[in-house]
Amino acid sequence: MKIFRIFKTIFLIDFLLAFIIAIKEIFKSKKTINYPFEKGKISPRFRGEHALRRYPNGEERCIACKLCEAVCPAQAITIESTEREDGSRKTTRYDIDMMKCIYCGLCEESCPVDAIVQGPNFEFSTETREELYYNKQKLLDNGDRWENILAANIKADNFYR
Amino acid sequence: MFEYFNIVLLEIYKILFLLVPVLVSVAMIVWLDRRIWAFVQKRRGPNVVGPFGLLQSLADALKYIFKEIIIPASSNKIIFILAPIVTMTLALIAWAVIPFSETHVLANINVGILYLFAVSSLGVYGIIMGGWASNSKYPFLGAIRSAAQMVSYEVSIGIIIINVLLCVGSLNLNDIVLAQKKIWFIIPLFPMFVIFFISALAETNRPPFDLPEAEAELVAGYQTEYSGMMYAMFWLGEYANILLMCAMGSILFLGGWLPPVEIFPFNLIPGALWLIFKILLLFILFALVKAIVPRYRYDQLMKLGWKIFLPFSLIWVVITASYLFYFNLLPTI
Repeated sequence: MKIFRIFKTIFLIDFLLAFIIAIKEIFKSKKTINYPFEKGKISPRFRGEHALRRYPNGEERCIACKLCEAVCPAQAITIESTEREDGSRKTTRYDIDMMKCIYCGLCEESCPVDAIVQGPNFEFSTETREELYYNKQKLLDNGDRWENILAANIKADNFYR
Repeated sequence: MFEYFNIVLLEIYKILFLLVPVLVSVAMIVWLDRRIWAFVQKRRGPNVVGPFGLLQSLADALKYIFKEIIIPASSNKIIFILAPIVTMTLALIAWAVIPFSETHVLANINVGILYLFAVSSLGVYGIIMGGWASNSKYPFLGAIRSAAQMVSYEVSIGIIIINVLLCVGSLNLNDIVLAQKKIWFIIPLFPMFVIFFISALAETNRPPFDLPEAEAELVAGYQTEYSGMMYAMFWLGEYANILLMCAMGSILFLGGWLPPVEIFPFNLIPGALWLIFKILLLFILFALVKAIVPRYRYDQLMKLGWKIFLPFSLIWVVITASYLFYFNLLPTI
């Protein structure tokens, strides 16, 4: 056995085998993607950028129950609310500090009306800190922009919830 | 007066004609290196800038140019700045003696191989200077390791060169190439070629012998404190050295600018292309080795250099010499 090992060491057998393996690997298909040009598949449950959704008639879903504010482990959400003329309770302020947020998805799970959701977008980096303090308007805009995908994702994931 | 200027201008033209392609090919082989490394690991490697990412190195160089050069307050400023310059200059001046064909050589000096050997030995100074002048622990440790490593493997490379010189009988690089007209030295001296290749890996601080810049222990070794263009110069010098080692290997063992066989389709291609082709081939081996091997431990590295390569190549010198003497094949001087 020892002689065999010495033979292997002197003639660099392992080394040559590694060369053959390396050359084989060169011609195999690549496991990575050209990221900015092509993107990986994202699960419907993916927890990305937040969005506030609306009902189809344009009414905000959020009822200012503040469950998300209470459950948020990073205390990133701040909500202020008031009674509107028609007697419904609505938010006057809905801020998320995206730098505090840990993207755990608890706000989405706690929401009784599916108002605050986390969408598939993860490319929202900014150049300044201030741009990451999201207010209600920004979140609603997000909701409007991603509504189709958000609704489809919620539907797709509904079975598991 | 005018004639004097003409001669100087001609020399400068010749030097530029050599250096510009060398620098461009250094940029290209960095790309090739990264690309092969990526392919072996089933990644894509740089493929965005330019066709197939060919201009990646130029983009990197541009980035380095615009970065701030930070000089540590406690460093020895003159030596700190001098170190990358020394590394790069030494890597580039060695190209002066590389013959690209029988006539295309900048300085056809009679002790070409000695010059090459001396200049590549001096390369260690750049690293020691950089490591010492940084006045910081990781660069210093990296520089010490590098010095020990390069000096050790220099010895075995020297003895391998003696092997080749025994068969040639001349120190001129062109003569070394011409002596391989019948048979390339890789065939009779194959074990020496293998040892030369491994020593060249150690000499240029390539994996598996990249202990001087072992990122797991020493951050980046002697380059830790460098930034911007100075870092880029180290990096350029390193790759120019790798290319030089490949060129040395192809001249000593693979017949330099000679075609593999002196028959019709092969001898039409100019010698320079053959040399470039051989250098590329060796470099691809270098790049593959980087992808397939883990890093050596320091004592293993020293053991390999002093206890295995040195005695083995010394014994081979005796064998070559006695073979040549017994069969009366000694080259006539």
